[in-house]
Amino acid sequence: MVNRVIVGAHYGMGSWLAQRITAVIMAVYSLILGFVLIEEGPFDYAEWQELFANGWMRVATLLFAAGLAWHAWVGMRDIWMDYVKQDGLRLALQVLTVLLLACYLGWAVQVLWR
Amino acid sequence: MKLSVYRFDPDKDERPYMKDYEVTPEASDRMLLDVLVRAKVQDDSLSFRRSCREGVCGSDAMNINGKNGLACITRVADLPQHVTLRPLPGLPVIRDLIVDMTQFFKQYHSIRPYVINNDPPPERERLQSPQEREELDGLYECILCACCSTSCPSFWWNPDKFVGPAGLLQAYRFIADSRDQVSSERLDNLEDPYRLFRCHTIMNCVDACPKNLNPTRAINKIKELLVKRAV
Repeated sequence: MVNRVIVGAHYGMGSWLAQRITAVIMAVYSLILGFVLIEEGPFDYAEWQELFANGWMRVATLLFAAGLAWHAWVGMRDIWMDYVKQDGLRLALQVLTVLLLACYLGWAVQVLWR
Repeated sequence: MKLSVYRFDPDKDERPYMKDYEVTPEASDRMLLDVLVRAKVQDDSLSFRRSCREGVCGSDAMNINGKNGLACITRVADLPQHVTLRPLPGLPVIRDLIVDMTQFFKQYHSIRPYVINNDPPPERERLQSPQEREELDGLYECILCACCSTSCPSFWWNPDKFVGPAGLLQAYRFIADSRDQVSSERLDNLEDPYRLFRCHTIMNCVDACPKNLNPTRAINKIKELLVKRAV
């Protein structure tokens, strides 16, 4: 293969925008959760369970977890693109990151709906 | 005044070293470049670029006590008694304080730094309203000294792929120009995870610019235009 610097993947804007939108989602959720904890807390186990038995709380938490995963994906991919020069290694690290984040998200679903 | 200067001659030296010069500035020596010229009188093998000596040509960009700047507009009065001078970081050193700017200018040329207008040229000039002209303020003043790009870690890691703050400031200068007709093509050229989106807005470029320009603002405006175009 020719050894040339190839750029022009024509993506990046979507990820950049997604990172900002997910940051807003996470900030709003954190504020709401903080408010609930200050107003209603401290929680014992039963109250904590009652809070998360609420469907909206579960959906909001899942939205937060999905936002976090997406945000982390863009951030981690940025780090790999910045520092890892070897293409194969970079791809492997990116795939590993996606798998790990998907596992975390699956785990979050399991915790919320167990 | 003590100057510690990075020295490296690839023909003679195995590795770079720092050399100290004791210089007594005269009353007329207002700027760091004047002191550096005195050091060169002591040792004529000391090499650095200089030309206009008034912050217009951008030749004498160097790392001054850890921060990039132009020696010719850095006031001696603002400096401590011990000054450490190194070449601009991230670019290959040709000799002493002289760096190879090829990569920097390659990125600059990649954004097509000229107005593209396919209409037949008018008899006199292509006119702009005062408001349209105002759009170029803070952009056209760039002298391409490379202080910003060489203070940017993203440019250090990917100088072959990331356009860098100087190139992106210039890219926006032509996107913002009312006489240019290819803004959309220019945005296509930049919509790339490496060319534009290696900028993580750490603003080293703003801190380093000796002309007090704001490449980060220009980069954000390009990103805003990309979003506006897509939504």
